[in-house]
Amino acid sequence: MFQVRIHGRGGQGVVTAAEMLSIAAFLEQRYSQAFPSFGSERMGAPVVAYCRIDDKEIRLREPIIKPDALIIQDPTLLHQVDVFAGLGPDGYILINTNRSFVELGLGEFASGLRVERLRTVAATELALKHVGRPVPNAALLGGFAAVSGVISLAAVVGAINDKFSGKVAQGNIAAATAAYEAAHA
Amino acid sequence: MLKQTEGSQAVAEAVGLCRPEVICAYPISPQTHIVEGLGKMVKSGELQRCEFINVESEFAAMSVSIGASAAGARSYTATASQGLLFMAEAVYNASGLGLPIVMTVANRAIGAPINIWNDHSDSLSMRDSGWIQLFAETNQEALDLHILAFRLAEELSLPAMVCMDGFILTHAYERVDMPTQAQVDAYLPAYEPRQVLDPGQPISIGAMVGPEAFMEVRYLAHAKQLQALELIPILATEFQGVFGRNSGGLVHPYRTADAETIVVAMGSVLGTIKDVIDEMRDDGVRIGALGICSFRPSPLAAIRDVLKSAKRVVVLEKSLAVGLGGILSTDVRMALSGLQLHGYTVVAGLGGRSILKSSLHELLRKAGDDALQPISFLDLNWDVVNRVLERERCSRRSGPIAENILRDIGVVAASIA
Amino acid sequence: MDTQPIKFYQTGTFTVGNRLLGEDQRAVQANMQRTNSLNSGHRACQGCGEALGARYAIDAAMRATNNQVIAANATGCLEVFSTPYPETSWQIPWIHSLFGNTAAVAAGIAAALKVKGRSDVRVIAQGGDGGTTDIGFGCLSGMFERNDDVLYICYDNEAYMNTGVQRSSATPPAARTATTMAVGEHPGNAFGQGKNLPQIAMAHNIPYVATASVAYLRDLEYKVTKAMSLHGARYIHIFVPCPLGWGAASEDTIKLARLVVESGLFPLFEAEHGEVTGVYKIRKPVPVEEYLKPQRRFAHLFGNAPATKTIAQLQAAADRNIRRFGLLAEVI
Repeated sequence: MFQVRIHGRGGQGVVTAAEMLSIAAFLEQRYSQAFPSFGSERMGAPVVAYCRIDDKEIRLREPIIKPDALIIQDPTLLHQVDVFAGLGPDGYILINTNRSFVELGLGEFASGLRVERLRTVAATELALKHVGRPVPNAALLGGFAAVSGVISLAAVVGAINDKFSGKVAQGNIAAATAAYEAAHA
Repeated sequence: MLKQTEGSQAVAEAVGLCRPEVICAYPISPQTHIVEGLGKMVKSGELQRCEFINVESEFAAMSVSIGASAAGARSYTATASQGLLFMAEAVYNASGLGLPIVMTVANRAIGAPINIWNDHSDSLSMRDSGWIQLFAETNQEALDLHILAFRLAEELSLPAMVCMDGFILTHAYERVDMPTQAQVDAYLPAYEPRQVLDPGQPISIGAMVGPEAFMEVRYLAHAKQLQALELIPILATEFQGVFGRNSGGLVHPYRTADAETIVVAMGSVLGTIKDVIDEMRDDGVRIGALGICSFRPSPLAAIRDVLKSAKRVVVLEKSLAVGLGGILSTDVRMALSGLQLHGYTVVAGLGGRSILKSSLHELLRKAGDDALQPISFLDLNWDVVNRVLERERCSRRSGPIAENILRDIGVVAASIA
Repeated sequence: MDTQPIKFYQTGTFTVGNRLLGEDQRAVQANMQRTNSLNSGHRACQGCGEALGARYAIDAAMRATNNQVIAANATGCLEVFSTPYPETSWQIPWIHSLFGNTAAVAAGIAAALKVKGRSDVRVIAQGGDGGTTDIGFGCLSGMFERNDDVLYICYDNEAYMNTGVQRSSATPPAARTATTMAVGEHPGNAFGQGKNLPQIAMAHNIPYVATASVAYLRDLEYKVTKAMSLHGARYIHIFVPCPLGWGAASEDTIKLARLVVESGLFPLFEAEHGEVTGVYKIRKPVPVEEYLKPQRRFAHLFGNAPATKTIAQLQAAADRNIRRFGLLAEVI
């Protein structure tokens, strides 16, 4: 089982990100489960969502305590919420930022992890550019496909088309693709 | 057809396939996505020959359902928690009148203190109302149970409640197999009422019944539920034949055949429990689980049959009989009466507190050593509890308990100073 | 030759049937083929205004709809005396659910009929003042707001009669009830409280609102018939004296139902979409005292030390109604 925890703030599409990730896995004939942690939902409040992916039915219903991967949609959470709780040394981290891990003050923390599994993507900028709104979730999924290989970009595109339509879908796909390419580099 | 979708949406689609005629809805977390989904289906024309009514309260929701059902329409509504209590009078009325209304209860705790998260206290507060109560373990079972519920309710002329864990199931995206309209039509025929308001054949429904006949009327309600005990397995077998799935039924045993310890539970927590069972089995522990699907009618014989050869039974329930202990465990105890085994009640997950695999491992290890108290509360913070008790001992004007606790555990929003 | 205009007066229920009228203008109650929807054998008190009002109203509705009516009934006197187990006096399909949900139950029936394409069958919800203005208020307002195709009839005897004459929000000021006893500094029900349901109904802008009284049979039948010719949410508020609860003689029911109108205390009017469209003019207004005196629930206002101030307040309320609704007939 592969467990992904997504952190962000209300209004950034964190829950939708988890749902899309689960749809992407479904499109690759895998089992997946996505759900939010349910706090008071208001714009700007810290939000967590979870996604589990497996090749057999997922029965577990607890929050993700030991994530295999973290997607952090808002770097202002880094020193406010313990977003890294439970992450092991082989974990993947994808942060939405145009700064580096060192610049974010995570240099020492990152040195205990596998460097090829850590990535930053300026997803909000990509979203603004391709969609016209600062919602980084779809772009980050593209980046996540690249850094983890757990889902393919094609599946991410499929998930985006499931959730959105028309121009918004197209824009999100472009942002996700750009993030995928940037994360691969 | 396989889909990856939100639990609420899956339920809405399944209800739609059941050809409902009147849907009324009052919004309450965490049921809102279900009724929103159905509202959209009706308004867009996707769901035809269906009236969707936005009512002004849950009391109105059940009341509109009563009127619609009495006039011969297949009626549906959904609620949770406070809403279920607000319609309590009408809930009893519906079953007393024998109207086969189907209602989803998106299980949520009851206040005070107000809490929007999952536990079973809402449905269980209506356990004596005469409604059939079915608990879903997964979103697949949740959608399947609605189809079963309409069939069961209409055959018996008794209303049925499908209970699914709020947020944990309603708001979870997972894979489901959505039936086709043809499959549902094959399983669920058109509603043929036993009684109906019709100018062609006028009848009076809802007369007062005095001491001379009330006991007989109530016994008949009980007898109908006992009939349901017979019918539920039959309908589940038929369901398996049409849809190819083992949904519904009275109970779901899991690795209980040679189990020394059996965990009894309802709803989504069974998924986590099954993972724990498998891991403990890998360590050579003879442990199994019994999922209760039909809470009402209470499948006493079926429960006894599974549990009778175990050494110990641990009932893990998301409910609390304040002043007594467990609700589910009291039912289970009745099923086991006369048998010699250790019985443990574990109250867990109240108000949405997560039930962790690690906690279950520790709990069940202790159970295996027979080191559990007869009644225990999983992952209870005794420090917080004791602080409140101490505060109350010291001062009369000790303040509201909930607010004090929130301040103690450091929730930022709760502090004023 | 000089012509002398002659006015003929209809003298109310004394001439039920009125052989001066053509067949089609006679009251439903005059017809041997009336449905008697609330049939004899019910257990109402002698002189019960509600039993009268219900039979008048439902029979008129049946004639207007070719006998296609389903009724939902609130808990209360009417429900209790009409269905003493194991009998029922209803000749129509009828359901009693709860005290406060009648409007919602009726809305549900209407929805079911709509879905099944039975546009010929009409729905009536009925309840007393308690079940309408108090506990049933939420569901009533919801039904109004949605414009559900239901005619709601309130039989107003101004208190919770079935449970022993307790005060409701329809109880008039100064009236004695079991929970507003005629003792202390301000005996009887308080002034400055109460709900005017017809006006609240009008505020919802529903297609039709009317008030009626069991003393004016033809007017009542006309209003019910009119209501059944319309669709959407409709409301009729019928004044029904309760001899037992009011401490009045059982033979005074019709008289009291007429005096309350002629005093101005209970205006008879019709309204559509929130605008008054017609009123019943009072030919000769009577002072409120004439209405109050035959009722023991107002007895504490009279006697050795009459409560002249209170009576004046009640008179002022009546006068206000007369002004507001233009209830006085022109003097020729």
